[in-house]
Amino acid sequence: MSYIKKPKIIRDNDPRNKLGMTFDDYEGVMSTLCAGCGHDSITGAIIQTVFDLNIEPHRMIKLSGIGCSSKTPAYFASQSHGFNSVHGRMPSVATGANAANSELLCIGVSGDGDTLSIGMGQFSHAVRRNLNMLYIIENNGVYGLTKGQFSASADIGSTAKKGAANLQTPIDPCSVAITLGATFVARSFSGDKDQLIPLLKAGLMHRGFAMIDVISPCVTFNDHEGSTKSYMSTRETKREAVYTDYIAPFSEIEVQYEEGSSLEVDLHEGGKVLLRKTDDSFSPLDRSQSINGIKEASDKGEILTGLLYINESQPDFTEVENTIDGALNSVSYDDLCPGSKALNKLLDNYK
Amino acid sequence: MTKVSHNNFTVKFANVNGTGSSSANGMFMKSIFRMGIPVVGKNYFPSNIQGLPTWYEVRVSDKGYLAPSGSVDIMVAMNAQTYDEDLAAVEPGGYLIYDSSWPREELMIRDDITVLGVPLANMCNEKFDSARARTLMKNTSYVGVLAALLEMDTKVIEQLLLDTFGDKKHLIDANKTALDMGFNYAKENFKCPLPYRAKPINKTDGYIMIDGNATAALGCLFAGATVGSWYPITPSTSLMDAFSSYCSFYRKDKKTGKNNYSIIQAEDELAAVGMALGAGWNGARSFTPTSGPGISLMSEFIGFGYYTEIPTVIFDVQRTGPSTGMPTRTQQGDISLCAYASHGDTRHVCLYPANPEEAFYLSVEAFDLAEKLQTPVFVLSDLDIGMNDWMIKDLEWDDKFKPDRGKVLSSEELEEMENYYRYLDVDGDGVPYRTIPGTNPKGSYFTRGSGHNRFGGYTEDASEYQDVVDRLLVKWETAKTLVPKPAVSFSKNNDIGIISIGSCDDAIREARDIMKKQGQKMNYLRVKAFPFTKEVQKFLDAHKTIFVIEQNRDGQLAKLLISETEVDAKKIKSIRLYNGIPIFPKDVVEKIQSDLKAGKAA
Repeated sequence: MSYIKKPKIIRDNDPRNKLGMTFDDYEGVMSTLCAGCGHDSITGAIIQTVFDLNIEPHRMIKLSGIGCSSKTPAYFASQSHGFNSVHGRMPSVATGANAANSELLCIGVSGDGDTLSIGMGQFSHAVRRNLNMLYIIENNGVYGLTKGQFSASADIGSTAKKGAANLQTPIDPCSVAITLGATFVARSFSGDKDQLIPLLKAGLMHRGFAMIDVISPCVTFNDHEGSTKSYMSTRETKREAVYTDYIAPFSEIEVQYEEGSSLEVDLHEGGKVLLRKTDDSFSPLDRSQSINGIKEASDKGEILTGLLYINESQPDFTEVENTIDGALNSVSYDDLCPGSKALNKLLDNYK
Repeated sequence: MTKVSHNNFTVKFANVNGTGSSSANGMFMKSIFRMGIPVVGKNYFPSNIQGLPTWYEVRVSDKGYLAPSGSVDIMVAMNAQTYDEDLAAVEPGGYLIYDSSWPREELMIRDDITVLGVPLANMCNEKFDSARARTLMKNTSYVGVLAALLEMDTKVIEQLLLDTFGDKKHLIDANKTALDMGFNYAKENFKCPLPYRAKPINKTDGYIMIDGNATAALGCLFAGATVGSWYPITPSTSLMDAFSSYCSFYRKDKKTGKNNYSIIQAEDELAAVGMALGAGWNGARSFTPTSGPGISLMSEFIGFGYYTEIPTVIFDVQRTGPSTGMPTRTQQGDISLCAYASHGDTRHVCLYPANPEEAFYLSVEAFDLAEKLQTPVFVLSDLDIGMNDWMIKDLEWDDKFKPDRGKVLSSEELEEMENYYRYLDVDGDGVPYRTIPGTNPKGSYFTRGSGHNRFGGYTEDASEYQDVVDRLLVKWETAKTLVPKPAVSFSKNNDIGIISIGSCDDAIREARDIMKKQGQKMNYLRVKAFPFTKEVQKFLDAHKTIFVIEQNRDGQLAKLLISETEVDAKKIKSIRLYNGIPIFPKDVVEKIQSDLKAGKAA
């Protein structure tokens, strides 16, 4: 076998969630990514997220495309069905899966190559449809498996390992997603779990398309001086636009913020997103302020992070399509087949 | 020509597209059908919205032959751009009707046919006020002319108007006026009826007139398909249009009025098939209709579906290739493409309906096969089947039918198992057990197009990899026992056989009758599926010479037979008719006979 199962060790005093499940229960097989890869930290954050949210693993599906990032769904939630599709085409698979059963939670993991180059079309249309899923871009600005080519998210002037500078304009997934009508757009950093986990929780519970662009340095090909997606550079240039907390349904808000600086957004599932602005000119509830904020930060060489845009009132894909509320794949055949009488009647139209 | 021909002639309408002619031409054909006379219509239309030449050919055949005859007895020449070729197309002794509102007699000179001028535009301009009505009613008027010339039952036409326009009285009145105008003009000015006559008989009871995209859509509806994804492409678009319209009527949840289906117009064909696979994986019966260019685009995902073993149904309504080709002309050019679509070693189950009737039954069967075999299944129809109205037997439905979902484990079954592994060949038939997401945590597995072993784990191990792809060959052998058997007409007295496919069927049926009259009898097998079943091998073995007739340049079916059966390639005589027009029986006869003559001479 070329994959390694993690040995399962459960201790009596391991914390358990409301389902009685341990953290280990939400793990997957052993990661085969490079030691120190940002993606593994994101995997850890996802495990923490689904553990904390008490997700029944079989009620969740996890999908990906091709690339280092797309390997990661194997590394978490081994009791969830996984789907490693073809390069850049995970959104279409997620769309079909969602049509078949909209009751399942859906996590998609992609990379900057998988989303912003080969998958740009499908990504854009999943956004347009407001497909109900959490879409994570593990963004490192570089193609890892093919050994170090620039991706479409590489900044102008950022250098490759051998020194060549990227000269093409980067595509910023957050600005693109907001422009295309995404209803939940956030950016974070694989090295900042305190910021990332609440965003993952809110994104997973958001109804509609939630995209989180996570800067996730590639330790092998893009963590050197001169790269704008290295650990060091990201730590230096990121600026949190909005602090975000996710408050589960029926739980108390424990933090107190100064009046005027905080906002609450009710999520469809009953929880809340608690937001604290760091800057009066920026609100994640206003699409143009959000796009401007991202642009201004970028002009200053900063990476704006946090929940950058949220709109909980847009209908999602199945609502727009007027599909039944339950799972389409469990409608009984008797309700699907019109039967011989109906057929005979219909044939009169063709006589 | 003085011999009277009842119910055996071809009328061709030459029109300009975008002028509303197709409703009038359809009305003509349907009236013949309702008079109990077998009839078929072929539409030769341009890939264009307005202004280009378009033809509609109606063959009336008391024997019930449904292939185009390849000759024109009466031409309704309504398009000045194509007068020359339309005039030339009429058989000696035939008739040409044209709009004589403008003096163009000098263009219509042919001694061996009769040219009939009718001032259609002048008459309609006098009677109707709006420009649109004047254009449309010219069409209805020539139907009136034909009604008089062919001695049609005008009550049938009038009833059809009532049925078509329902409560739109002004439309019924206008059409009735136009019909009468044409009818009376013909009666007053020509010797009616012509030697060609439509005489009511009783040969269409128990039949309908419908196109194969509509019947394929009905197949999806009755098979219980819930997710259809697609990208618009001629000539498959009307399949999803039909599915959508049937669903809006038959698939509303009784309590909420919401949809018991999901139709997704994708951003391209790559996404369309990705959605179909995603839905199939997640337990819905899913499908995507497309045409050749769409299959090219879908190929990567099709190989993925094959290797990861996900059921879905792909309709390829074939059109003329290569590349964009002629989008509104028919061909069987995707036989090879669909059989082996995608990189690496892939082979796919393909079904080949011959007409709209089979398009219904085989599309139902495709969904069962896809789930029983856990693989994408193709239904290869074509433009002729999909977009032309055919006379077919009433479709029948057995209410006892239950869809066969194949080997799907329930939550209870999973609970009783110690371990579940996705790609284990438990039963030895090459078909493993699958689970639907959301059922039970014990059923989880990882679907991946990268190397995987029988347990569903990622692998780069040589023997683990080979184990899975070899097991897929076992499944392929199982497929041979499950796919529909060919249609065979066999007598051991004949040593020549014909093998054909899909919409060639009616031309071959008629060609065999023609040759039989001449003393040349041949056996006939029509493949309905790939992989080929043992009946195909048996037929190949039983004949010294086998003509393989198909509608593509390169003899794709012939090559598939040579590479996928044990046949001696020398026995195969490949006959290819591929100009984009449905094939004519006389061309089949001519090709076979010239080949036989050449063989004798050698």
